[in-house]
Amino acid sequence: MTEGPGGAAARRAGPTLVEVDRVTKRFGDVTALDDVSLSVGPGELVGMLGPNGAGKSTLLSLVSGQRRPDAGTVRLGGGDPRDAASRVPLGLTPQETGLPPTLRVGEVVEFVGRHYPSRVPTAELLDRFGLADLAKRQTGSLSGGQKRRLAVALSLVGRPRVVLLDEPTTGLDVGARQALWAAIREYHADGGTVLLTSHYLEEVQELAQRVVVIDRGVVRADAPLETALAQVALRRVLVRSDAPLDALPGVVRAERVADPGTAGDPRWELYTPDADALVRELVTSGTPFHGLEIRGASLEEAFEQMVAHDAVRTDERSAR
Amino acid sequence: MSAATTTAARPGVLTLCLLHVRFQFLETVRVPIAVIGNLVFPALAMFFFVVPQDAVAGDPLQSTVAVASLSLFAVCSACLFSYGVGVAEDRQQPFDPFVRALPAGPLPRMVGRIVNGMIFSLFGVVPVVLIGWLFTAAAPSAIQLLVGVVTLVVVAVPFTLLGLAVGYSLPAKAALPVVQVILFPLAFAGGLFLPPFLFPAWLDTVSELTPTRAARDVLVQTLTGEPAYAYAWVVLIGWAAVFAALAVAAYRRDEGRRFR
Repeated sequence: MTEGPGGAAARRAGPTLVEVDRVTKRFGDVTALDDVSLSVGPGELVGMLGPNGAGKSTLLSLVSGQRRPDAGTVRLGGGDPRDAASRVPLGLTPQETGLPPTLRVGEVVEFVGRHYPSRVPTAELLDRFGLADLAKRQTGSLSGGQKRRLAVALSLVGRPRVVLLDEPTTGLDVGARQALWAAIREYHADGGTVLLTSHYLEEVQELAQRVVVIDRGVVRADAPLETALAQVALRRVLVRSDAPLDALPGVVRAERVADPGTAGDPRWELYTPDADALVRELVTSGTPFHGLEIRGASLEEAFEQMVAHDAVRTDERSAR
Repeated sequence: MSAATTTAARPGVLTLCLLHVRFQFLETVRVPIAVIGNLVFPALAMFFFVVPQDAVAGDPLQSTVAVASLSLFAVCSACLFSYGVGVAEDRQQPFDPFVRALPAGPLPRMVGRIVNGMIFSLFGVVPVVLIGWLFTAAAPSAIQLLVGVVTLVVVAVPFTLLGLAVGYSLPAKAALPVVQVILFPLAFAGGLFLPPFLFPAWLDTVSELTPTRAARDVLVQTLTGEPAYAYAWVVLIGWAAVFAALAVAAYRRDEGRRFR
């Protein structure tokens, strides 16, 4: 599971399935992707994290040949993904809401499966995803969870070498999510390659071996899961105080927010791996403080953290 | 669900075309109103405009002309609705980009669309021909009927292209009224509801420039031998070229907008 720094080099030496090289993609004035490079080798399970609008889906649409980059190259199994033949080893999911409502579950699987030279038999696939009883139902009558399961099943019907999963479990309950995760793990255990996007940290943490963070069209971090988790597992301590709290032991990063709207002490945002120890430290130091709050670092903060992982840093910024 | 790579052959283009034809047919036929709607209007028009008029219904030639006109209307209507509104709706479905990303290329989808448009067009002709056969003096031979159907398919080309141009240019909500606004004036001016010999001279001149009138006269000629006006084919081919250009431009623009 653990990959040293050599892992990345070894990965790049092998044949890559997905090769995104210095790709830029603009929509009018908006730059969705800015000089992005990413390569995914066989058997990798890569999680892409990023807020909505970060460019994750755009990146996937380039890999699946739906869009053309403005600059740079995208290769899928060595070929141009815009050629239909290059997309044979690719599996992908329709958006959950996008199944043709009048077709039956079994028919949709047949329709998609018949595009591939080798396919999982419909009955076997439906059985694996717990959809066997629904084969004769029209997709319009399925629940959200069932549609989502069908969508992921469709990505695997052509025995793909690489699967793109865009937010595979958004909006699912815990049980349904676990079942889908199990299916994704099983595919990966059989040697499949997965590139998935999510804005759930938990999902990426659960599945991925490698984490790529994209924000505002730029790859902000690309690291093995453990490294990424160490960055993300920080707690955020909010407190008002006049004292220089960034000097407290255990503070990885601190921000002092001078709040001109309210008179009184400035607000500190302290990031630490151990909030309990920090609070103990704060109390025993006798420093006057008030308004103490402790929160998990949000995903956005985690991103900032992953980029700014150089020791202690103090930013001064004024609140708007 | 092994991730094994096989070197089995990819399905051929013809196989994929048939696959798309079949599943698009299933998709449409499961919405009965989409099919029935196509059947009902031309059939009703037969009962309103043709059957009660003894002068028309009692005369074999005029009945045949009336059946031909309303069959053509059924085909125009099916083309404009299934391509115009149907394509516009498809474009809004999130399944559409997914299907585009399957290893097939654009041809099978286009073939599926066009073949299905033809199938449903011809469905619309069936009740018109049946009513003509049962309630009027029209009595085409089997060969005439066959020639008529083939001609219908040929003259449907410009309307198919017009439908595609609308479908790729507009969102579904706009495509529906636009199709109606195009269809009924074209059908009326083309003499599909009222025979053109009742038209005043100016309207007849305008009529001869419409694709519906050109298609009608070509169809009538093949069925009854009554010659079409001299430049009917020129008008038909001219419009086909114009609509083809519009359809290609709309398709490219749509690609550029959604899949750039």
